[in-house]
Amino acid sequence: MSVLEIKNLHVNVETDQGTREILRGVDLVINEGEIHAIMGPNGSGKSTLAYTIAGHPKYTVVDGEILLDGENVLEMSVDERARAGLFLAMQYPVEIPGVTVTNFLRTAKTAIDGEAPAIRTWLKDVRGAMSNLKMDQAFAERNVNEGFSGGEKKRNEILQLELLKPKFAVLDETDSGLDVDALKIVSEGVNRAHQTTGLGILLITHYTRILRYIKPDFVHVFVAGRIAEQGGPELADRLEEEGYDRYQVAESAVVEAAAE
Amino acid sequence: MTAPQQSTAMPTAEQHGIRAHSDGAGAVVPVQTRSERFCSADVADFAPVNGREHEWKLSPVATFADLTGGELDGSRTPVESVEAEGVSVSWIGRDDVRIGTAGLPEDRGSANAWSSFGEAMLIAVTGEEQKTASVTRTALGSAPRAAHTVIEAAPNSRGLVVLRGTGDARLVENVEILVGEGANLTVVSLQEWSDDSVHLASHFARVGRDAKLKHIVVSLGGKVVRLNPSTHLAEQGGDVEALGLYFSDAGQHLEQQVYVHHDAPHTRSRVTYKGALQGEGARTVWIGDVLIGNAAVGTDSYEQNRNLVLTDGTRADSVPNLEIETGDIEGAGHASATGRFDDEQLFYLMARGIREEEARRLVVRGFLTEIVQQIGSPELEEHLIAALEAELQGS
Ligand SMILES: Nc1ncnc2c1ncn2[C@@H]1O[C@H](COP(=O)(O)OP(=O)(O)OP(=O)(O)O)[C@@H](O)[C@H]1O
Ligand SMILES: [Mg+2]
Repeated sequence: MSVLEIKNLHVNVETDQGTREILRGVDLVINEGEIHAIMGPNGSGKSTLAYTIAGHPKYTVVDGEILLDGENVLEMSVDERARAGLFLAMQYPVEIPGVTVTNFLRTAKTAIDGEAPAIRTWLKDVRGAMSNLKMDQAFAERNVNEGFSGGEKKRNEILQLELLKPKFAVLDETDSGLDVDALKIVSEGVNRAHQTTGLGILLITHYTRILRYIKPDFVHVFVAGRIAEQGGPELADRLEEEGYDRYQVAESAVVEAAAE
Repeated sequence: MTAPQQSTAMPTAEQHGIRAHSDGAGAVVPVQTRSERFCSADVADFAPVNGREHEWKLSPVATFADLTGGELDGSRTPVESVEAEGVSVSWIGRDDVRIGTAGLPEDRGSANAWSSFGEAMLIAVTGEEQKTASVTRTALGSAPRAAHTVIEAAPNSRGLVVLRGTGDARLVENVEILVGEGANLTVVSLQEWSDDSVHLASHFARVGRDAKLKHIVVSLGGKVVRLNPSTHLAEQGGDVEALGLYFSDAGQHLEQQVYVHHDAPHTRSRVTYKGALQGEGARTVWIGDVLIGNAAVGTDSYEQNRNLVLTDGTRADSVPNLEIETGDIEGAGHASATGRFDDEQLFYLMARGIREEEARRLVVRGFLTEIVQQIGSPELEEHLIAALEAELQGS
């Protein structure tokens, strides 16, 4: 039974104006197979949390812990975290010129498994996963994310999720910029990964529409660098109706002041 | 447009996360229309090199004063050639009518070589079958040498000629490339010299009617390699694809001054040079001059240079110059960009489990193999990919 634990996480970022505190004590436990949705206003620190879990060098952890099955994730390099079973589907996936999707996927799979996948089954897996996500096979020979539309980039993230089979995935606004059909296709991909591998999911979103396809076990309201409230799926509906106002009155003043 | 228009282009920001950068921008402004630059085959017509001349100002002239000013051994260079049916290698005298028909020296090093060579090596390509031949020069020693080569592709012939250099060399040379009417010639100049070597070369190509030249410069080894290819699109329908690939390590100076002269109607040129710099004192220079002359109506031209900076302590100069003397062209453009290795790319790859070393290699390989893939010789492509791999391992 895998578990990802985030304890009292405080994270700073260096800006031109000096050090800025963004995460201010995040506590979260995700068990294998659980789906946690995180919703919160722009700038509240959701992506920062996602990047910090993945180990982006821009973010400095000043306090707290991240543990994966008891192992200290903060001591691992970015690639070690991925090999340990963490996956981040990025809000803005990066273009890698000169590196084809095929080559990239094979290299990543080899790194994660510690050995090259058997060619025949691998090609079949890639083709199958692409067709499930309604990605044209031509994408396989294109350079990673280069010239992909926003929606195509998101599909490419989920393609990797399905092929690399992590233990825990953070999906940072994977639903943003998707039309209804694409949203459905991408959600099905996430659900497939969830069902076949017992993936634990941290789903960052602004909209409840994706929660119609991906059913969260828990919903967390993220405001000003920490979790302000948690509940079940019904909390998402309430947020959709009421917005974040009731959490922000006190918090926003603090954040704005810090941002000045 | 009658007045020559010059643009010492500011590098433009390009896609791929490569940021524009201004090293050397505007550093080299042609003193006059490029075609009016002084040229002579006689070294005595050039003043001694002081390093301030526009053609030398980005080069480490003190490291090769012997080549630009001293006495040179002009005897035959030892070569190993792999011939093919339809490609022959022989030696011709200084008085051969072909010599001097593609161009003349524009700098003192080139003129010194021209004044000093005894015989020229002739590589003659005939026949319409595609074939590959290579000429390798190995271990030319540390005494300064001069050489002259003529590569002649007969009308309607096809072929690929590889000039390769390995081992030690202090060499200054001229290479004339004559592409006959309707011929399709690829010339690959591959510099894999030893770490102490110095190689100065001027290539002069003349492309005939409806002929096509693919000219590829690959510079990997040598302390100083300065290879300046110029192409004269002298007749209607001529086409040049000028490609370059260089990987500069610590203390290495790799330079190329590329010149394309559109001098006839409906000519086309594509210049694409890509380089990587890695290590303290790694230095590269790319100057790309394109002149679209009065007669060159319907010209289609594009030149670009991209540099990928892998470490601190490097310097890449990248200067495109475009002169247009006729308004009646199809298109002309240029781009130049020098960028750091992109940390976001690295993060993305590592976030998928790929180790840092391998992630870097993946990106650099991707960046450079675009050129390798256009060579058209599977063996050579394989060789180059392995050579680039070795360069990357050296980090
Ligand atoms: N590298 C950085 N440099 C400066 N400020 C940063 C950096 N990264 C994040 N921030 C700031 O930290 C705050 C939180 O950013 P973050 O991207 O985590 O928000 P978010 O909740 O994901 O917002 P959104 O919903 O718009 O995606 C923002 O005010 C942002 O400007
Ligand atoms: Mg965000």
